[in-house]
Amino acid sequence: MALSGMRGLSVFISDIRNCQNKELERLRVDKELGNIRTRFKNEKASFYMRGIAISCGYEIENIVIARYKLTCSIDGLTHYEKKKYVWKMLYIYMLGYDVDFGHMEAVSLISAPKYPEKQVGYIVTSCLLNENHDFLRLAINTVRNDIIGRNETFQCLALTLVGNIGGRDFAESLAPDVQKLLISSSCRPLVRKKAALCLLRLFRKNPDVVNVDGWSDRMAQLLDERDMGVLTSSMSLLVALVSKNHEAYWSCLPKCVKTLERLARNQDIPQEYTYYGIPSPWLQVKTMRALQYFPAVEDPNTRRSLFEVLQRILMGTDVVKNVNKNNASHAVLFEALALVMHLDAEKEMMSQCVALLGKFIAVREPNIRYLGLENMTRMLMVTDVHDIIKRHQAQIITSLKDPDISIRRRALDLLYGMCDVSNAKDIVEELLQYLSSADFAMREELSLKAAILAEKFAPDLSWYVDVILQLIDKAGDFVSDDIWFRVVQFVTNNEDLQPYAALKAREYLDKPAIHETMVKVSAYILGEYSHLLSRRPGCSPKEIFSLIHEKLPTVTTSTIPILLSTYAKILMHTQPPDQELQKRIWAIFSKYESCIDAEIQQRAVEYHALSMKGAALMDILAEMPKFPERQSSLIKKAEDSEADTAEQSAIKLRAQQQSSNALVATDQRPANGTPPVNQLGLVKVPVMSNADQNSGEQGLGLENGALTVVDPQPRSTSSPDLLGDLLGPLAIEGPPGTAPQSELRVASDLESGANPDALAIAPIEEQPNTVQPIGDITERFQALCLKDSGVLYEDPYIQIGIKADWRAHHGRVVIFLGNKNTAPLISVQALILPPSHLKMELSLVPETIPPRAQVQCPFEVINLQPSRELAVLDFSYMFGTHKVNVKLRLPTVLNKFFQPITVSAEEFFPQWRSLSGPPLKLQEVVRGVRPMPIAEMANLFNSLHLMVCPGLDPNANNLVASTTFYSESTRAMLCLVRIETDPADRTQLRMTVASGDPTLTFELKEFIKEQIVSIPIPSRGPTPVPQPQPTSPPISDPGAILAGLL
Amino acid sequence: MGIRFVLMVNKQGQTRLAQYYEYLNLEERRALEGEIVRKCLARTEQQCSFVEHRNYKVVYRRYASLFFLVGVDNEENELAILEFIHLLVETMDRHFGNVCELDIMFHLEKAHFMLEEMVMNGCVVETSKTNILSPIQLMEKAS
Repeated sequence: MALSGMRGLSVFISDIRNCQNKELERLRVDKELGNIRTRFKNEKASFYMRGIAISCGYEIENIVIARYKLTCSIDGLTHYEKKKYVWKMLYIYMLGYDVDFGHMEAVSLISAPKYPEKQVGYIVTSCLLNENHDFLRLAINTVRNDIIGRNETFQCLALTLVGNIGGRDFAESLAPDVQKLLISSSCRPLVRKKAALCLLRLFRKNPDVVNVDGWSDRMAQLLDERDMGVLTSSMSLLVALVSKNHEAYWSCLPKCVKTLERLARNQDIPQEYTYYGIPSPWLQVKTMRALQYFPAVEDPNTRRSLFEVLQRILMGTDVVKNVNKNNASHAVLFEALALVMHLDAEKEMMSQCVALLGKFIAVREPNIRYLGLENMTRMLMVTDVHDIIKRHQAQIITSLKDPDISIRRRALDLLYGMCDVSNAKDIVEELLQYLSSADFAMREELSLKAAILAEKFAPDLSWYVDVILQLIDKAGDFVSDDIWFRVVQFVTNNEDLQPYAALKAREYLDKPAIHETMVKVSAYILGEYSHLLSRRPGCSPKEIFSLIHEKLPTVTTSTIPILLSTYAKILMHTQPPDQELQKRIWAIFSKYESCIDAEIQQRAVEYHALSMKGAALMDILAEMPKFPERQSSLIKKAEDSEADTAEQSAIKLRAQQQSSNALVATDQRPANGTPPVNQLGLVKVPVMSNADQNSGEQGLGLENGALTVVDPQPRSTSSPDLLGDLLGPLAIEGPPGTAPQSELRVASDLESGANPDALAIAPIEEQPNTVQPIGDITERFQALCLKDSGVLYEDPYIQIGIKADWRAHHGRVVIFLGNKNTAPLISVQALILPPSHLKMELSLVPETIPPRAQVQCPFEVINLQPSRELAVLDFSYMFGTHKVNVKLRLPTVLNKFFQPITVSAEEFFPQWRSLSGPPLKLQEVVRGVRPMPIAEMANLFNSLHLMVCPGLDPNANNLVASTTFYSESTRAMLCLVRIETDPADRTQLRMTVASGDPTLTFELKEFIKEQIVSIPIPSRGPTPVPQPQPTSPPISDPGAILAGLL
Repeated sequence: MGIRFVLMVNKQGQTRLAQYYEYLNLEERRALEGEIVRKCLARTEQQCSFVEHRNYKVVYRRYASLFFLVGVDNEENELAILEFIHLLVETMDRHFGNVCELDIMFHLEKAHFMLEEMVMNGCVVETSKTNILSPIQLMEKAS
C-alpha cells in the first residue's frame, strides 16, 4: 500500500491514524514538524531570501531557482524528499496545524524542472496560500513562463494555480496570454478549458481584462466548440461575463439555446460525457443558468426553439428507479423551471410549473421536497400564481413539521412569502403553535416572522395583541424590544383596544412564571389602562398592584423603572385614594430612592415627591398621548431586505433591527416634547418644564431669530439685536469683496436703513404678534452647530427640533414640529431658503398640526461646494388669531461636512510643503481673538471636527489640526490648519490654512476666524463699522510682519 | 462562484481531504469544518442532502464511512452538485477499484490530482472520467 513510492508519507499517515486521541496526534505532528523544519532550515538563505524577495520581485525568481538547484545538490535534500515533506505539510495542514514556515518550500517547488515536483509545488501552493501571500509574487515569472511555454502539462498546472488563487497582479500581467491560449486553434482542449476558468478568475480580479475589442464575438465563437470540456468551462466564464453586462453578450444567447438543444436532443455528445444516459447534466444546468442572466429572449425563432426544449424537459422528465439518473434528470428539470419562471413564459407553461412543484412538495423523496419548497418560494415572485400556490397551503404547513430542519426552514420561508390578508390568521397561528416545539435554532427567525406577519396582515387589532402576547409568552427571549414597543404603540393609539389589552395583560400576569418582556409589557399596559377594568373581579387597583409587585423580585434593573411608573399610575388612578395602597407604594419609592441605578433612583424620587402632591398628580400622570403614526421598524427592515427573502437569515435581520433601535428611540419622542427618559417614559412632563430644561442654554446673548414683530415695543429691542448679531462677524471679516452676497446686502441695507423687506433674513410684514420665543435662538443655533440634534426654536405654542445625520457631503436632516397645545396649529408653512452651495428641499409640511402632535419633515442636504453661507427656514403658523412668522438659520454649517482625521508627521509635512502658497495655502494674522488658553482652543477645534494633532508642532503655543472636507466639487479633501499664538498677547494669533482647493482654503480660514474672534457685545445704534481690514489678499497682509514675533 | 469547498470527512469527524476555493485561514477552517460535520453527521438517511449553514448550502452524500461535503453558494444547482459528488466517487472508483477511506487517506495526492482536474476556481471543469484520470495515468507511466 505504499503509494506513489512515498514510504515516509505513508508511515506518517499510519502513525497519525493509530493515535488514540488528539493529544497523541499533536505530539506526533509536532515531532514531524520539527523534523521538517530542521530539514528545511539547512537552506540557510531562506530568511535572507524572503527579505529581498519581497522587495525586488523579478530577480528573486532567479535566486529561487538558483536556490532550488543549490538545495538539491548541496544539502542533499533531493526532489523526492522535498516532495515528500511538502505533502506531509499539506496533510498536517489539513489536520488543522499551522505550517506557515513551509510556504516558501512549497512555492520553490514550482520552479522545479521535472513534472512530479512541479505538480506538487503547484497543487500544494494553491492549497496553502492565497492571493495576498508575498511568496506567490516570487513565482509569478515561473508561472508565466510555464503558461507561455510549449509544455502542455506545465501549462495546465500553471493555469490551474492562477485560476484558483491568482490575484490582481496576475490579472494584469497574464490576461493577454491566457486569452490567447483560450482562443488558439493550435492549443489542445485540455489547456483551453483551463484557460477559460483561469480567465474567469482574472476577470473577477480585474474586469478590464476582457474589455478588449471583439471579445464578445470570440466568446460567441467559443460556444460553437465541440469539445465538451472547453464548452463546460466556457459556459462558466460566460455566466460570469453576462451577469455583469448582458448587453455586450447578446450574440451569445442564440448559441446558448443551440447548445441546450444539442444536449437535450443528445446530438453529437460523446459517451464519456453522458451521465446515466443524460447528456452532461452539468453543462445543461450551466447553459440554462447563463440564459437566466439575459432579461428576455426577443428573437421569435430563438424563443420558439428554447421553449420547445424547455417544454420537452418539463414534460419528459419521469421518476426512475436509479437514484443517480433521477437526481441528474431532476437537476435539469429544476433548472428548466427556474428558467421558465425567469422568462415569464406563457400561462400554460407557468401552470405546468406550479403543478409540478405542487407534486414535488408532496413526494417522499426529501431532496425533491426540499427543492420543491425552495422553488415555490422563488415562484412567488411571479405575480399570477399566488392563488394556485395557496391551494397547497395545507401541504406546506405539514412540511413545517417535517423531521428535517432543512425542509422546515424552506417551509417557513415559503409560508412567510405566501402570507397575505386572506390566510394570515391561519399561517400565523400555525407558526405560533409550532413555536413551542420548534428547535432552538429556528425560534428567533420564527418569532420575528410571526411578528411581522401579524402586524402586516392583522384582520383586527385584538388578534394582533393576542399574537404578540403569545409570542412573548412562548419565545420571550427571541422577541426584540421593537416588537413589544410596537404593540404598546398600537394599544395607546386605539382606545377600543385598551380594555382588551389590559385584560389580556392581567391574564398573563396570573401565570406562575412569565418572561421578563411579558412583565414589562403587562406592567406598562396595566399602568395606563388597568382602571378601565376596575369593575371586574380581581382587578381592583390593589389587586393589580400586588400582582405586578410579585414579579419585581424576579426582574432585572431595566424593568424596575417601568414597574415604578406603573405604581405611580396606579396610585393616581385610585380614587378616592386608598391609604394602605399609598403607604405600600410610598414605601417602595423610598426604598429605591437610594438605588444605585440612576434611572431607578430618579424615578423613585420624582414619583414619591409628585405623588405627595395629591390632585396635581392627575395632570402629571395623565394618560400618554397618542404616538404619531409611523411605519413599523420591523416591517421596514423586512421590506428593505425583502429582496433576499429566500435566503434571509433571522440573525442578520435581527442585527439590523437592533442597530435600528437608536433611530426608533429618537423617533419616539412624544408629541409634547417630553425628554425621552425611556422610549416609553410613562410620565408626561408638563409643558413648561421644557423651558426649564432648556434654561441652561439660555443666556444673555442675542436674539437673532428675527421674530416677526409689529409691536413697536418688542421691535425696538429685538431688531438691533438682529443687527448686531449679523454684523458682528462681518465687522471683522476678511475682504468684503469675497463675502457672501446676501450678507453684504444685509449689512449695507441695514446700515443705510433701507427697507428691510428686501432682505433675506429680516423681519417681514408687520403683523400682530406677541409671541415670544423661549430660550435664546442664537445660542440654540450655535449649540446645534456643534451637535447634531436639539431644539432649534421654541415658543409657547410650538417647539421645532432638529436632528441630522451627516455623511461625507450628504446630510439627512429631520425637522420636528411639535404642537405643544391642546388646540391645533393651523396655516403651518415651512420653506427652506437654501444658499447656492447646498442642494436641499423640504418635503411638504402639513398645513395643520393636531393638538399635541409632532410632525416630522425629513429632507436631504447635498453640499456642492465649500461655502459659509447658511440656509434659512422660513416658518409660520396661526395660533388663534396670531400669525407667527420666524426665520431661523439652519445649522448646515461648513463644519458639518468635516470628517476629523488624524495625520501623522510623515503624512502632514509633505502635504504641508506641497501646498506651498496662495491660493491653496493662506496665512493671516488675526486680531481681536477671544482670549483663551491653548487647551480650550484645542477643544474648540475638536468640537468643530478639526482634529488637533498633538506633537506635530514642537512649540507648545502652537496648534496643528486636520480634517477632511466633503463636497460634490471637491470630493474628499484634506485640510490642514496651523495656529501660532503669542503667549504674551492672547488676542492675536497667526493662522495658516491649507487645502487642495482655493475656495475651500479661503472659506475655512474665514470660518475659523468667525469661531475664534470675540463677538462684540451688540452695541445699539450704528454697528461697528468694518475696520480698515485687509482687503488685499492675506499673503500681503501687513500684519504678517508679526511673524517674527511669533 | 459556485463551489466554495469540497470536504471528505469520516464518521468520526476526521477530515480526510479539504479543498477550499475561497481562502479561509486555519482558524476559520477548523471552526467551519467542526460545525458542518456536527450538523451533517447528526442527520439521518431519511433527511434531505442539503444543509444550510452560514452563507453556504452544504450538499452532502455518504458513502460507507465517508462523507463527501460540498459547500456551494446560491449560484448552484443542488442536485447537479449531488451528482457531481457521485461522479467524483465513480472516478476514484475507476482508479482505485472499489475506493475506500484508506485509499483517499494514503493517496491524498491522487485524490487532489483528480479533484484538481474536475473543479477549478469553484467551477466544474471536466466530467469525463477518462479525461480526469489521464494526467495521473501519464504520471504513473512515467515513474
